[in-house]
Amino acid sequence: MAIRYWPMAGAAVGFRLVLVLFGGDLHLASRPEVSTPLTSLRRLAEGYWLKQASVSPYSGSMYHGSPLLLSVLGPLTSSRPDGHHAHIYCSLIFVAVDFLAAMLIRATGHELEMARNRSLKSLDLTKAVKDTVNVSAGDVASLIYLWNPWAIVTCVGSCTSPIENLMVVIMIYGSCSRLAPLAAFGYVMATHLSLYPAILIVPVILLLGYGLDAPPPKVFVIKGSIARKSDVSDNDKTSRQRVVQQFSWKPVLHFIFWLFIWSCHVLLLSSVILKKVGGLHEMFEKTYGFILTVKDLSPNIGVLWYFFAEVFDFFRNFFLMVFNMNIIFMVLPLAIRLKHRPCFLAFVYTAIVAILKSYPSAGDSALYLGLLGLFVNELAEMQFTFFLFFGYIGVSLLSPVMHNLWIWRGTGNANFYFATGLAYTCLQTVLLVESVSSMIKHDRKLRLLVTS
Amino acid sequence: MAPPRPPTGPILFLPLVFLFLFTTAAASAAAPEDEKFTEELLLRPLPDRKALAHFHFRSSAPPAASVGRHHHLFPKAISQLVKKYHISELELSFTQGRWNYEQWGGFDPMSTNNAKPPGVELWAVFDLPLSEIDATWKNLTHTLSGLFCASINFLESSTAFSAPRWGFKLNEGNLRYGALPREAVCTENLTPWLKLLPCRDKAGIASLLYRPSIYKGYYHSQKLKLRSSQSLGIILDQTLTVVLQPNNVHGEQLHSNHGQLQPNWSMRHLFNRKLSGKCLVSKSSRVFIEVDKGIADEVNISGSVHSWSNEFFVLSNSPDKLIKGQNHLEMQSSFLYVYDASNYSEEQPLDLGITWKLPLIWTCTPSPFHASRFLMGSGNERGSIALSFMSTNLHKKISGSANDCSIKAVIFQVVPWYVKVYYHSLEIFIDGSRKTVSEVVDKIHVIPSEDKLLPGTLEMLLRFPCSMQSGTLTLDFDKGFLHIDEYPPDANQGFDIPSALVSFPEFSSARSYPEIDPVLGSPLLENFQEDSVVKSYTEVLLVPLTTPDFSMPYNVITFTCTVLALYFGSLLNALRRRIGEEERELKKRATRHGLISRLLAKLRGQKVDPSESGSSFESTGSKKLLFKVVFVAVAAVLFHYFSNNS
Repeated sequence: MAIRYWPMAGAAVGFRLVLVLFGGDLHLASRPEVSTPLTSLRRLAEGYWLKQASVSPYSGSMYHGSPLLLSVLGPLTSSRPDGHHAHIYCSLIFVAVDFLAAMLIRATGHELEMARNRSLKSLDLTKAVKDTVNVSAGDVASLIYLWNPWAIVTCVGSCTSPIENLMVVIMIYGSCSRLAPLAAFGYVMATHLSLYPAILIVPVILLLGYGLDAPPPKVFVIKGSIARKSDVSDNDKTSRQRVVQQFSWKPVLHFIFWLFIWSCHVLLLSSVILKKVGGLHEMFEKTYGFILTVKDLSPNIGVLWYFFAEVFDFFRNFFLMVFNMNIIFMVLPLAIRLKHRPCFLAFVYTAIVAILKSYPSAGDSALYLGLLGLFVNELAEMQFTFFLFFGYIGVSLLSPVMHNLWIWRGTGNANFYFATGLAYTCLQTVLLVESVSSMIKHDRKLRLLVTS
Repeated sequence: MAPPRPPTGPILFLPLVFLFLFTTAAASAAAPEDEKFTEELLLRPLPDRKALAHFHFRSSAPPAASVGRHHHLFPKAISQLVKKYHISELELSFTQGRWNYEQWGGFDPMSTNNAKPPGVELWAVFDLPLSEIDATWKNLTHTLSGLFCASINFLESSTAFSAPRWGFKLNEGNLRYGALPREAVCTENLTPWLKLLPCRDKAGIASLLYRPSIYKGYYHSQKLKLRSSQSLGIILDQTLTVVLQPNNVHGEQLHSNHGQLQPNWSMRHLFNRKLSGKCLVSKSSRVFIEVDKGIADEVNISGSVHSWSNEFFVLSNSPDKLIKGQNHLEMQSSFLYVYDASNYSEEQPLDLGITWKLPLIWTCTPSPFHASRFLMGSGNERGSIALSFMSTNLHKKISGSANDCSIKAVIFQVVPWYVKVYYHSLEIFIDGSRKTVSEVVDKIHVIPSEDKLLPGTLEMLLRFPCSMQSGTLTLDFDKGFLHIDEYPPDANQGFDIPSALVSFPEFSSARSYPEIDPVLGSPLLENFQEDSVVKSYTEVLLVPLTTPDFSMPYNVITFTCTVLALYFGSLLNALRRRIGEEERELKKRATRHGLISRLLAKLRGQKVDPSESGSSFESTGSKKLLFKVVFVAVAAVLFHYFSNNS
């Protein structure tokens, strides 16, 4: 299978390059599904232009991204080669970024697989739990990420989501392979770029503290007691080691130390970039404030834009609090229930963020669908997969049609487009709930296998 | 000062008399600096068979210190306004229709000073510290709104006005500019405007303002301009510019003028009124007929007063005076026939008119470039604004054919926040070929728009080559999406982008009148002599914006909340479920007889041995239930108590 991975990955990168170099201007950059006010590269170019004119890049409600992106990608947006669309250099960067993210997902998958094999071996379940898919989960996940049409569209459509996704993937990879500085870097950058990955601190700390995904500790206890009953010999020691899974503070403290260092770096760089034009205060107000208060009501694939366009002004603040708290509410219950599977927990959090964030886009979905591939063996018995698969296809076909009818032709109305957004949110919810419950079922199955 | 009330005695009455004598004496002492009022009317035939009438009324008050708070002629409302808001300059215009720069001229003081954008335009310069200006502006808009029965108060919100630095008028940040393109102008705005005149429309030149005829015109612009300073006092210029179609005797309403005789008209034709004398309190009252350079060249007016009757046209009355006008290049530009209204009376009214004898074709001097603005793109998501300049080849006429010269143009444009302009997308095409921005733009100043807070302001100094025939500037924009409360009642009509102002700083529209004696003291001609750059306003743009469904708020709120509840509930349920326990429970249920089955069995008359375990389960269950009810009740009472307390 490893032989077939590289041609597929190479083909995906080649496909992206073909689209970027020869696809002409596909006008994907202005699709509401692809670029949001936060990630639009066109807005970044406007911010860069304003900065060059020694005005604050945040003046004028155009740019809401990070000043670091501004200084990295900004110079590339101002040069326009003839015969290609405006942001071709940035698009080339995004292709590389996507490839890197796919590679990191693959590496994470390999780590996860090794951990899984280890724990199954210690439970003597290697034969009982047959791998349904005869490929490495990492390869599957990285190919899903590379060939996901949404990821391709996001990559080609000039928006900065690939970079945000890469940072999240770096964080997960770093914490899976216990590289505290890398994990801290990914965490700080992801939070800096889009705020929501901040809740991923829980799985990162669990990953660093407890190690990679494993069956619940209870299973090891049962296994240990059974083993003790049968024979009190070498087996006991090994299972005992697994059972007493101590929370190791050292990598966590290491992570926190690096977290502090990277935060200082980012803040310092931002303040240097924004030295003469505005300052950090304005940056926080225009990036995090913009995210949390849902100021831009332009349509996207979520539901919040229409909600806040229609809701009575009097209740606006209340609902802002409700919707923002909704993300935080589920953090703790999930962490308690899934603390033995921190990597899966990270996937669940990413999916929740993609559902509930204020300006969702296809790029967010591309990320969590890619991560979903990491658990292809555990989630083999997931229900409604047929419904979900065609639901996603149906929504991604209908949504542009409804948008076109409403915005361009003027024959439809906003409700049609909003309906696809609602359907999409429902689909994501079903996917999330199903994946969580089938993971719980999988753990239960392991326990039953151990006891029987 | 002293309201008329029954005098209680001669003792109280006496001081009043003294006071009265004293004030009259004081007023006569300050006679050289008295309040003045002048009224003037300028009539002009236009090349496209129309006639222009420009009414000009000036009231001036000497500096406040000399007269105190009382006025004879000057409107008190205006002087209070000036004092309260510390205004050093203010201009308010109500306009309906668009000035036709191609036909009616773009290079004369009339077009640069009195051609205004459609709707309401207000700008004011304040003599205040910069921090207080915005608040004062808000109060000013409300005052003017009340004074002129117009919705000028919409300019109060910070999204409606801007503070241009040099694109509109050079200032130190104390100028505010606002425009309402959609404001309809009607008699209800004219009546309060006329109230500021000492004779209103009862006598003098203002009596010509017969509403049905002046609102019938193609262009109607009513303007109020204030200037105030410590040395000058307050000068209030009220002008009304109308372009009318003369009621043709033959009933023909032809717009082309090829080979046709120009329509003959007189005041009675234009206004349905004749001028019967002057307003008695006015210092001077004059009527001018202006003959354009185009006509003057053809007719070869010798400069003598007798030229009022020549082979092309004849004026109905013999003028009192003829004034030659020159433009800023010392070239002969126009002739003015002057009539003094005080020579006419009720018995012998003035019905000034022009009668054409031969067909005459002439053109007015245009501005160096004809500027127009339009929208590009379709759909409600994005679009572009394009500003196009068409050369009128004026520079060739003026400066010969120097091809390496350049012409400066200043663009001032205010864009509402829901039109989100990408200023980096500025593209410039000159004669069809794309130029880099730095080649053409000398100076640019942008205040980007802030959502729901500030409009975008663009000030740009361009330098076009003289040889340019056509130039186009394009700017991309995204259309914003508004909250349902922010849409006006007729949301699908679209939103207006106010006119852009294009000015050509190298060209001055000022006229000079070398033969005029300063004693004549005509404020109208004084205004014409003022140095002002050639300006032209572009069209107002109508941008349609997408509308949400206005009837949906409840549906949207309930749907969204349902979906979120679905997410929350089902996820929490998935986490909470203990499948093992559920299965055990199911097994128990299967072995145990349920309450209903027992009841059924009883009804059927079968014997059921009551199991001890079942009743105990029931009792513990009811205890639990009772406990829950009590808990909820206590929680409710506590909540009520605390919420009442706070």
